[in-house]
Amino acid sequence: MKTSIVLTGVGGQGVITATNILGKAAVNADVKVYASEVHGMAQRGGSVYCTVRMGDVSSPLIASGTADVIVSTEPIEALRYIQYAHKKTQVITDTNPVVPFTVNVGGEKYPSLDDVYKDISSHAELITLDALQIAKDAGARITKNIVLLGGLAATGLLPFDPDILLETIFANVPPKYKSVNDTAFKGGMDVVKKK
Amino acid sequence: MEIIEEKPEKTILLLGNEAITRGAIEAGVDVATTYPGTPSSEIADTFSHIAKYLKKKNKKPSFYFQYSTNEKVALEVAAAASFSKLRSLTCMKHVGLNVASDAFMTYLYVGCKGGHVIISADDPSCHSSQNEQDNRYFALFASCPMLEPTTPEEAKEMTRIGFDISEKLKSPLLLRTTTRLNHARGPVTLKKPRPSKGKGFFEKDPDLVTVPATARKKHPELLEKMEKAAEMSDNSPFNEFIQVGKKSKMGILTSGVSFNYVKEAAEDLNLDVTILKLGMTHPIPPKMIKKLLTDCDTVVVVEELEPILENQVHTMAHEQGIDVEILGKSTNHFSRLYEYTPDIVTKALAEIFDKKIPFPNSKESALTLPSRPPALCPGCPHRATYYALKQVAPKDTVYPTDIGCYTLGKAPPLEVADLLLCMGSNAGTACGLSVSTDQKIVSFMGDSTFFHSGIPPIVNAVHHNHDVVITVLDNRTTAMTGHQPHPGTETDGMGDPANVILVEDVVKGLGVEHVEVVNPNNVKKTSEAFKRALDFKGTSVVVSKAPCILLKNRDRRKGGKPVPTFEVDQEKCTQCDTCLNEFGCPAFYKKDGRVYIDEQQCNGCGNCLQICPEKAIKVRKEEN
Repeated sequence: MKTSIVLTGVGGQGVITATNILGKAAVNADVKVYASEVHGMAQRGGSVYCTVRMGDVSSPLIASGTADVIVSTEPIEALRYIQYAHKKTQVITDTNPVVPFTVNVGGEKYPSLDDVYKDISSHAELITLDALQIAKDAGARITKNIVLLGGLAATGLLPFDPDILLETIFANVPPKYKSVNDTAFKGGMDVVKKK
Repeated sequence: MEIIEEKPEKTILLLGNEAITRGAIEAGVDVATTYPGTPSSEIADTFSHIAKYLKKKNKKPSFYFQYSTNEKVALEVAAAASFSKLRSLTCMKHVGLNVASDAFMTYLYVGCKGGHVIISADDPSCHSSQNEQDNRYFALFASCPMLEPTTPEEAKEMTRIGFDISEKLKSPLLLRTTTRLNHARGPVTLKKPRPSKGKGFFEKDPDLVTVPATARKKHPELLEKMEKAAEMSDNSPFNEFIQVGKKSKMGILTSGVSFNYVKEAAEDLNLDVTILKLGMTHPIPPKMIKKLLTDCDTVVVVEELEPILENQVHTMAHEQGIDVEILGKSTNHFSRLYEYTPDIVTKALAEIFDKKIPFPNSKESALTLPSRPPALCPGCPHRATYYALKQVAPKDTVYPTDIGCYTLGKAPPLEVADLLLCMGSNAGTACGLSVSTDQKIVSFMGDSTFFHSGIPPIVNAVHHNHDVVITVLDNRTTAMTGHQPHPGTETDGMGDPANVILVEDVVKGLGVEHVEVVNPNNVKKTSEAFKRALDFKGTSVVVSKAPCILLKNRDRRKGGKPVPTFEVDQEKCTQCDTCLNEFGCPAFYKKDGRVYIDEQQCNGCGNCLQICPEKAIKVRKEEN
C-alpha cells in the first residue's frame, strides 16, 4: 500500500511547513514516510514542489500518474504538476492567484481561472476552496497551509486518522496559535467534506 | 528540539541534513565548521540551532561550531582540530570543495588523527547552483574514502560510522550527498551519543609539515591506505546485494538516491534482478563487483551525473577478462545530465528488461502557464539599490554579479547581471573588463561573499588602479542560504557575541579612495552616491546597507509590531506602470488595465512610495 501526495504552491506560502508536518504526522502514526522539499534559491517566490510518500515506499519522489492527492496553495501551481495525477487523483487548490512577475513584465499570460479549473478537471477530480478567506476568518492568513491540510485530511486518503495530523500541527506551532490553527484546520476539513 | 531531546531508540522525522548533524553528535563530534551553501546549509544550521537552544537552557553544547569565512578556512579549522585528536566535521556545497581543494588535496597526504568527516552536497539539476559538477571525482582525485547515503537514516549512520572509518584509515572521509538526500525527510532512529572530548592536545609531528621530502614519503602511504580502504569496502555493511524477484542473469549496480528509484522500479516492473547497492563508493569493493560481473550476463549501472562507477566496472571487466554486457551511459540508456527521477529510471529499466510502464497514463497541462522563476522578494533592499543605480548609470554599463539573492537582479525589468562565474568573481571580472573595454563597470557582491572571496580582487583593483565601481550589497546576513551570520554580524554560529568587521572599514584599509555608505531604502540619496562613484576615476566601493526584508519583518513580528502593507490609490494612479516596468516589485500586478498590490505578497518596505511619480500609493488598512 502506497500513498503519494504532491504539495505545491509559491515560495513563502507555507508549502514546506505543511510537508514537514504531514511527514511528522505519519511518523507519529507509525507509518513509513519519505518526503522531498525545495530549499535555497528556488524558495524566493518561485514555484515550490514537494512530495510526501507513505507506506511501502523507497523513493521520496513520485512517478507521473501516481499521485493520490495534489494539494496546492495557488491555482496554476496545481496545474503545473498535473502530469503526476491520474483520473481519480483529488486535486485540492486554493482559489487565490499569485500572479508571477513574468506576467507583469515578461508579457506572459495568466490563464483565466475557468480555463485552469476546466483543464484540471479533464485530468483529475478538482476540489476548490478559498483557503485564504478561511484562514483570515480563523484569525491569521498565514494558516492557509493548515486550512489545506484540513482539506487533505477530509479526503480520507491519508493512511491515518485526521486527529493525528491535527495533534501534530498543535505540537509544531506556538501554544498561543493553537486555537487559530484548530479553526483553520477544521474550516478546511468542513469545506472539503461538503464537496 | 526533538533532535537532541528525544531518547535513544526513538524514531523521529528528520531532514537528510539534520540526520547528518545527529549522526555527528552521536559520534561525539568536537568541532564542526562550514561555509553555508544550498543544499548543505541545514547541516550547519542544525548545529547552530542546537548550540543556541542549549545555551538558553544554560547547558553546554557538546561541540564547538563555526560559520567560517569560506570553505577553505572551514576545512583548515576542522583539520587542525583533527590533528589535535578531536573528531571534526566540515560541510559545504559541491562548489565549496573547489574553494577548499587546495587544503583538501594535501590533507589526504598528511592524513588525520581524530576522525574527520567532510560533507560535499552535490546539486544535480543545479537547483540552487552555478554548475552540476560531480564531486565523486574529488574522492578519486585526492584518494579519499567516500560514502554515499540513500536515505536520512543511512545519512545519520554513515556520518556516525564515518568517523570510525576515518580514524581506522587515518584519513579524512568524504560523505557525498545530493540535493534529493539533503532535502528529503525520512524516519531516523536515534542512538545514544558518544561523549565528546572538548579539548585535545596537539603533539608535534614532522609529518604534518609537507615540505617536498615529506610529501614524497606520504604519497606511497596514501596509496597503501587506499588498498586497505578497498578491503574495508568489500566488508562494509553499506555495500550489499539485494534480490528482487527470482535469481536471474541480470544485475544492477547503483548508489546514492538512484537506489531508491531502482528499488521501486524493480518492484513495480516485477523484475527478476540482483541489485548491488553501494554505500561505500570509493574505493569500490573489488570482490563484490567481480561477483556481480561474473554472476550476471548483463549489468545495468544506474548513477546520476558522471559514469564514475560505470567506467570503473568497464575497466575491471576488461582487466579481468570477464565477459559481461555493461549498460548505462555508454550505451545511452542513461544520461550524464541532471537529476534522475522515478520516471527516468522506470522508463530506462522497462526498455532494458522489455516491460510495460506500470503507471496510469497522464500528461502535462495543454494550457500555456506563465513561468514562475524565483525573484527578489517584494521589499528586498537589493531592488532599491538596483533601481537607484539604473537611474544614473550609462546604458551600456556592464554589471558583473556574484553568488547570492542579488543574482536574481538578472530578471527583467532590472537586468543588472551580465557576468557570473563563482563566489567572488564579480570584482575579479570587473578588473578584467576595466582594461578590456571603455564601458562603465559596476559589480555586485553580498556582504558574506565580500568576506568569503571578495577581498583579494578589491586589492587587485586598488593596486592596479582599475576604474570600476564595486558594490557591496550589505543586507547584514547570508540571506540566500537561510540567514546565517558572517564576519560582519554581531553574533556567531554558537550564538555568542562576535567582533563585527565593517565592510567600509576593510575597503578603506585596502586603500580604496572613494567609499560611499548608503541606505538603499532612500532611493534618491543612493542614486546620488552611485553618480559620484561613477564619476570617480579609479576604484570606488559603494556599500549599500539595509537589512534583508525577511529578517526585518521577522523582528517586527517578534516585537509585536504589525508589518504594514500598501495599496494603490486608484483615484491617483495614471497607469504609467513605473512600479511594474522599472521597479519590478512582484507584489504589483495588473488586472483589467488597473494596477494593484497583492496583499499576500507585499512585505511593507514602502519604497514604491518613493518611485511612484503620481504619489498614488498608500498604507492599506490591515486585517491580520
